[in-house]
Amino acid sequence: MPDMNSLAHPQQHQFNPYTENGGTILAIAGEDFTVIAGDTRQSEGYSIQTRYAPKVFRLTDKAVLAVNGFAADGNMFVKKVRQRLEWYRHAHAKDMPLRAIARLIQTMLYARRFFPFYVYNILGGIEEDGSGAVYSFDPVGSYEREACRAAGAAQSLVQPFLDNQIYFKNQTPAQDTSHPVHLPLHSVLALVIDSFTGATERHIEVGDGLEMYVVLARGNPALQSLQDLPGAEEVTGTQAEERVFVIRRDLKKD
Amino acid sequence: MNSLAQRFSTTSPLAHFRKIQRLADEDEDVSDAAWGSQAGFGSLTKGVPTFTVPNLPDPTAFLRLHTDDHADPNCRIKIQHGTTTLAFRFQGGVIVAVDSRATAGSYVASGTVKKVIEINPYLLGTMAGGAADCQYWETYLGIHCRLHELRNRERISVSAASKYLSNLVYGYKGMGLSMGTMICGWDKTGPTIFYVDSDGTRLKGDLFSVGSGSTFAYGVLDQGYRWDLTDEEAQELGRRSIYAAGHRDAFSGNTCNLYHVKEDGWRFIGNFDISKMHYEGPGDVPGAPGGGYGYALRVEGKSSANPPVAEAAA
Repeated sequence: MPDMNSLAHPQQHQFNPYTENGGTILAIAGEDFTVIAGDTRQSEGYSIQTRYAPKVFRLTDKAVLAVNGFAADGNMFVKKVRQRLEWYRHAHAKDMPLRAIARLIQTMLYARRFFPFYVYNILGGIEEDGSGAVYSFDPVGSYEREACRAAGAAQSLVQPFLDNQIYFKNQTPAQDTSHPVHLPLHSVLALVIDSFTGATERHIEVGDGLEMYVVLARGNPALQSLQDLPGAEEVTGTQAEERVFVIRRDLKKD
Repeated sequence: MNSLAQRFSTTSPLAHFRKIQRLADEDEDVSDAAWGSQAGFGSLTKGVPTFTVPNLPDPTAFLRLHTDDHADPNCRIKIQHGTTTLAFRFQGGVIVAVDSRATAGSYVASGTVKKVIEINPYLLGTMAGGAADCQYWETYLGIHCRLHELRNRERISVSAASKYLSNLVYGYKGMGLSMGTMICGWDKTGPTIFYVDSDGTRLKGDLFSVGSGSTFAYGVLDQGYRWDLTDEEAQELGRRSIYAAGHRDAFSGNTCNLYHVKEDGWRFIGNFDISKMHYEGPGDVPGAPGGGYGYALRVEGKSSANPPVAEAAA
């Protein structure tokens, strides 16, 4: 027997297809390389759903996409971007250039302007001129090319650190010296690891594992040192001149 | 009779064709053209943009529930907001000046946003309100301005371009678009500015400022505006107005981007740090008074730590 009392009042229902799955992503562009990283924890509220759910994906040999926000939307979005890139490959017999992928992502996100993907995207890779590039997006497709960007749960912890260490904000150079315009790969990797260990300490939704994708431009002198780096795995596709590596590290699991 | 039978038959070639077409249509928003390049505008392959809308009695209430950060600061999807933009017409053309801050709630999401959208070498659009709405529709406007050139063998007028945008966003009225933009350019009639917003307003005028910091910008702008400003004076006025807004409006700041539109198209004048303008001034640029806009003016000579410049030199 239904409770007639509760039916006497108007019942309000709302369509809520979104949830927040935590985690943080980050990308930094160097002169001839880009690092795109993300932690691997996936959570909902205070419970951890899995300790390994990748948020960073290789799209082509010169483009890597990191997605953060609602995991289901993120995975579906990456799937759809990959499908469009495959179609492009069939039509043009080459990979789509990075700046074109950035515009594609804008239009794909904006096509859902009235039913948005709850996803913050960061696209990193190598431009046609061989320079490292990072593009960051809001959920409905506004985008901008930058040198570094953090997004997700711990963006407000990580971004100020990056502003200070990459853009040298609030730092005055010593007498007769100047700040470097681009940092070398080993310093960037050290900054990424420090960002995530720091975020893991202070944010409950960050931790478990760290995946760092490194995209190297053709003829990058850092290639040898990356190949020698223990735990670095090459994930380059077939013919490419750009090389893609993944470096995995453990983060605290509590 | 024969045609009638065919219409309702499920085995005829026509029915087979319909079935295939129905299956193809189910392949939702992507048309065959998406296989190739569509200049990035994949959602436009059917001629007009197509949008996915949630299957609900009131889709706009859904969008408002999840994206409107004024009504509910805890909503999930934060669309970037907050801005100061201005444009004014004078004897030497059009000055366009904007800040570069994007905020999501109280978080400064970016301090390096390009709020002037370069539609083509003769047209500029400014960005206030939803960043994606402005970026997307002004890029889309750029496509149609180029098509107008190809079809009519002449450049589109600022009036026509702005009306195109105005009519376009009016078609989405009430759906939740948010944009307040100034379409600026130089056409047959000379320097022109149109204010266009997502409510459907379209106004021609000499002087506009849009965004949360517009009141502060208007204060400086109205006070210093004359038609016969020199180019240098006009550029300085634009810069100084954005500085004022960046200084007093929490949702505006970081840097100022300055553009000057003349008969031969627009020219980027420069990027000026607002904090630096406060203490040191915009640097060695035409029209700059020398010295900072704010700091020295307030503290110079007020304490022994800040003696007047002449006294300090002596």
